[in-house]
Amino acid sequence: MNQFQYVRVTTPKAAVAAVTKENNSLFLAGGTNLIDLMKRNVMSPEKLVDINKLPLNTIEKTATGLRIGALAKNTAVAEHELVRKSFPLLSMALNAGASPQLRNMATVGGNMMQRTRCGYFYDTAMPCNKREPGSGCGAIGGYNRMHAIFGTESSDRSSKCIAVHPSDMCIALVALDATVLVSGSKGERRIPFIDFHRLPGDAPEKDNTLQKGELIMAVDLPNNPFADHSHYLKVRDRASYAFALVSVGAALNLKGNTIQEARLAMGGVSHKPWRLTEVEQFLRGKPATEATFRQAADVAMKGAKGYGENDFKLTMAPNTLIDALKTAAKNA
Amino acid sequence: MPDPKLMKNDEKSPAINRVDGRLKVTGGAKYFAEFEIPGTTYCVLVTSTIARGSIASMETKKAEGAPGVLAVFTNLNLPKIPGLNTPEGNNAKKPSGGETYQMLTDKKILFAGQPIAMVIADTLERAQYAATLVKTTYSKQPHQTDLEKHKAKGVMPQGERNADYKRGNPDTYKTAPVVLEASYTLPIEVHNPMELHGILVNWTADDQVMIYAKTQGVQMTQKAVAKAFKLDEKNVHVHTEFMGGGFGMGLKTWPQEIAVVAAAKKLRKPVKLVVSRDQMFTMVGHRPYTTQTISMGADKAGKLVGIVHEATAETASYEDFTESTVGMTKFIYDCPNVSTTYRIVPLDRGVPIWMRGPGEATGAFALESAMDEMAAKLNLDPIEFRLRNYAETDPEKNRPFSSKHLKEAYQLGADKIGWSKRKNEPGALRDGEWLIGYGMSSGTFNASRGQASAKVILNQDGSLVIQSAVTDIGPGTGTAMVSIAHDVLGIPVGRIKFEMGDTTLPKAPTQGGSTITSTVGSAVYDTCTALKTSLAALAIAQGNSPFMGSKAEDLVFEDGMIQLKGDRKKKLPVGDVLKANNLPTLDRALDSKGGPEQETYSMYSFSVHFAEVRVNPVTGVVRVSNAVSVADSGRIVSPKTAASQMIGGVTGGIGMALTEEAVLDHRFGRLVNNNLADYHVPVSADVPHIDTIFIDKPDPYINPMGAKGMGEIALIGFAAAVANAVYNATGQRIRDLPITPDKVIKRVA
Ligand SMILES: Cc1cc2nc3c(=O)[nH]c(=O)nc-3n(C[C@H](O)[C@H](O)[C@H](O)COP(=O)(O)OP(=O)(O)OC[C@H]3O[C@@H](n4cnc5c(N)ncnc54)[C@H](O)[C@@H]3O)c2cc1C
Ligand code: SF4
Repeated sequence: MNQFQYVRVTTPKAAVAAVTKENNSLFLAGGTNLIDLMKRNVMSPEKLVDINKLPLNTIEKTATGLRIGALAKNTAVAEHELVRKSFPLLSMALNAGASPQLRNMATVGGNMMQRTRCGYFYDTAMPCNKREPGSGCGAIGGYNRMHAIFGTESSDRSSKCIAVHPSDMCIALVALDATVLVSGSKGERRIPFIDFHRLPGDAPEKDNTLQKGELIMAVDLPNNPFADHSHYLKVRDRASYAFALVSVGAALNLKGNTIQEARLAMGGVSHKPWRLTEVEQFLRGKPATEATFRQAADVAMKGAKGYGENDFKLTMAPNTLIDALKTAAKNA
Repeated sequence: MPDPKLMKNDEKSPAINRVDGRLKVTGGAKYFAEFEIPGTTYCVLVTSTIARGSIASMETKKAEGAPGVLAVFTNLNLPKIPGLNTPEGNNAKKPSGGETYQMLTDKKILFAGQPIAMVIADTLERAQYAATLVKTTYSKQPHQTDLEKHKAKGVMPQGERNADYKRGNPDTYKTAPVVLEASYTLPIEVHNPMELHGILVNWTADDQVMIYAKTQGVQMTQKAVAKAFKLDEKNVHVHTEFMGGGFGMGLKTWPQEIAVVAAAKKLRKPVKLVVSRDQMFTMVGHRPYTTQTISMGADKAGKLVGIVHEATAETASYEDFTESTVGMTKFIYDCPNVSTTYRIVPLDRGVPIWMRGPGEATGAFALESAMDEMAAKLNLDPIEFRLRNYAETDPEKNRPFSSKHLKEAYQLGADKIGWSKRKNEPGALRDGEWLIGYGMSSGTFNASRGQASAKVILNQDGSLVIQSAVTDIGPGTGTAMVSIAHDVLGIPVGRIKFEMGDTTLPKAPTQGGSTITSTVGSAVYDTCTALKTSLAALAIAQGNSPFMGSKAEDLVFEDGMIQLKGDRKKKLPVGDVLKANNLPTLDRALDSKGGPEQETYSMYSFSVHFAEVRVNPVTGVVRVSNAVSVADSGRIVSPKTAASQMIGGVTGGIGMALTEEAVLDHRFGRLVNNNLADYHVPVSADVPHIDTIFIDKPDPYINPMGAKGMGEIALIGFAAAVANAVYNATGQRIRDLPITPDKVIKRVA
């Protein structure tokens, strides 16, 4: 770990100012990802701006839905009555992530901003375009069992990075049409969740579209008709405390057995939380049967590409999707 | 040798609580890194990023100038360690790979993760920071880390145990009516206990050093340091009372430990090294990657005709590591034609070391999977198949087993798991989407009694102190020893204290190989028995003795009292005997070891594992939903800690079967999952309720308690039970561990 300065701020304005003006400074929230990366010398900020004192940890009802403060702890969100009742998918996704100890520390903003768990990214002795642009991608042709099958191409059609975004929470948020409220030196702006994270393209070093110094203030969730038919299914190497091989967030609005509307996203398959809008359209008006779900899975898998060790995801992803949809259709 | 009946073997040992349990959960137990010595400095190791080659240049100036840094040691300036290069030093035998390795003595790089510099500073953080400032360039050479690619380079290691073994005509299997040939692989496994490895060194005089270390044998470390620095052994004081899990990694003194001793000497300051988690993957050994082939033939009646077991495992280019991977195949089944071969391949990797159930755990996975495969081919119940090939006597050494209750163990385990629910036809049981399967396996490990000393001291207040240098790596050695002393002397458990883990105490072997309860336990037993004899004589002879005229064998020792058999009202508190004889304390110390019985009988512990698994054919997920393990390990001297041992072993077995694998990227020769998020040890949610069953029958020959070991058998075989259950659930045989969802989904979905 390098030597760094540490400051604590009490207003969002001060936070934004502190990070905007200094070249190599970062916000510190729960610290569960950033500190680990610093210990492994993957990230070496010269200054940490501790934002834990900012008044951004509330979870409250709004006119159109729910607002979750960026500093709300993962546990607090998962256990919140409103979340459990009206946004059960989010609760399930959060509880599928990490361990209770980590969820007690981890914040919503930090969870969105967590970096990939790619082993090459974590090892400074290995090539990695994300950590060190231009050094190459260690995972291509290497150990890529955990890696992406969607959206890996750059402008010249080669892949520069095949990492996945590791968050479970974000799968639920992208499925449920969340919006991110951010504050920067030029004021506030709102980013649709689906545009918050980005594909690696030619710049894998950039995980998302946040600008330098911008602070995540809150996430807004619109009210939805999916609470009765939501399911988060995470397939992982051990029963708890492991990142997803593949995960699916599925939410249905059923009338009888007909799908009025669907929301679907996949984790463990792409550089960004992978929303399946085309599949959602396909499902609209169809009967909630296994046959429909199988067809939906075919639509979902269009364009998927394996890199060797992760080829199994080409089977696991559609299977998990079908299974999650079946369970969501049953839930009530 | 004393008759085991001396122990009240018609009774079971009482289920006493772990004597140091409270200390451990309240933070009262001090682990090596927790000892505080004023002025302690902190050592951080810089390691090689390449797997083979040499150091071209190393820039240490910046690190040396960083705040708080006392020294940066490299191959250029580490003080010479006087005893390391002697012929009887670490590398006495020439390794098969032909290389020599001593830390920080030359520019050679022999494995990725090899320490190349030690940075020592006044705080840990400063040392860590300075370590990042050391810049190294290398001249790379092509490395070889892939066992699969270099299998042909296997050599037969030295030593009788590793020699090719043959009885009868092993090729007979080829013409048997039913033939199986199958290959199995076990990946690199890493011990990964919670406590990190390391050492804390304090030179108290020019020729005297105090060491706190993570060692499984304080006297082993004492010897190694004494030899390296040419000191009198008595001037090397090593203390390791508690350990946060050893599992084998503390079975030798590692080069970095010796280097820290040298640095501390040079700096004249206490130095502490605690390696980082990623260094735990490369610097303190691992279970070697091993490939195995089992060829087997049986007749139609299910009688084995021949077994050929071939194993090839990795070792380092600079040191031969061997373990008993093929050992079990030689004696576990009654089969006339058997051969085994064991080869090691020197690779550009750090040297492996024993990991719980060493060798046998790897071998049992292959052999016991193959037995299941053969049973399936014969359409026999796997237990029935084993019974048809039951070895009543040891077919390898042609002599009786000292005790073997494996048949009873099969039965007890089968009853407990509900084996009758199992269908021999795979894929027959379902619960909704989940497929259900049952599997079983046997395990075995050598049991023996070595040499150890112990001292016991009785005080006037009736309390007893037992002393032995042995280290407790976690199983509850203290509890077992207290239980044995209680059994012999009848002193209440709460009044007995066991002092251990220090070189000033009576000699004991290194803890490993499931030998401590037998070896040190016997020493405690014999010493307590000697004390009992003296006490009885004193009690009878003293003035006003209530036992006047009685014989020693008429006295009963119970509840801290000596009582007269037949007239229990005649009694004396043990401490009062000391008072009456004007003795402040009464002590006995002796050295104890096994006799000729150790050669007359084949002594083994046995286990049987049963697993119920649930396999999701859609996602490929496998969960162990029920587990039963039965141990035939002689008399159980401490039932509670023994049960915990079994539970821990089964948990390790679940890891071996389903989750644990350290992955190398052979392009770089580096591990890609060297942390606890990506190297998956089982978590609580992976571990179902585990039933542990003990045969609990004293072995009549091994030692006075009749206790065989049990640390290893708790794990050995469990992975095969799981793989066999997965087959029973799905009809798919997965021969490469761990059985992760990707492997299952490729076959089942
Ligand atoms: C062993 C382990 C297992 C895990 N398993 C899972 C899992 O299974 N599923 C899963 O989803 N996650 C998992 N996690 C990741 C965990 O969810 C994240 O570490 C956590 O959510 C990060 O939140 P934090 O508040 O601690 O962030 P920090 O570590 O404090 O920050 C992370 C990043 O976010 C930035 N940041 C924080 N807050 C803001 C803000 N308001 N605005 C702008 N930038 C901000 C920081 O500058 C930093 O770059 C695991 C983590 C570990 C260590
Ligand atoms: S996949 Fe991305 S993060 Fe991983 S090595 Fe390649 S570039 Fe780096």
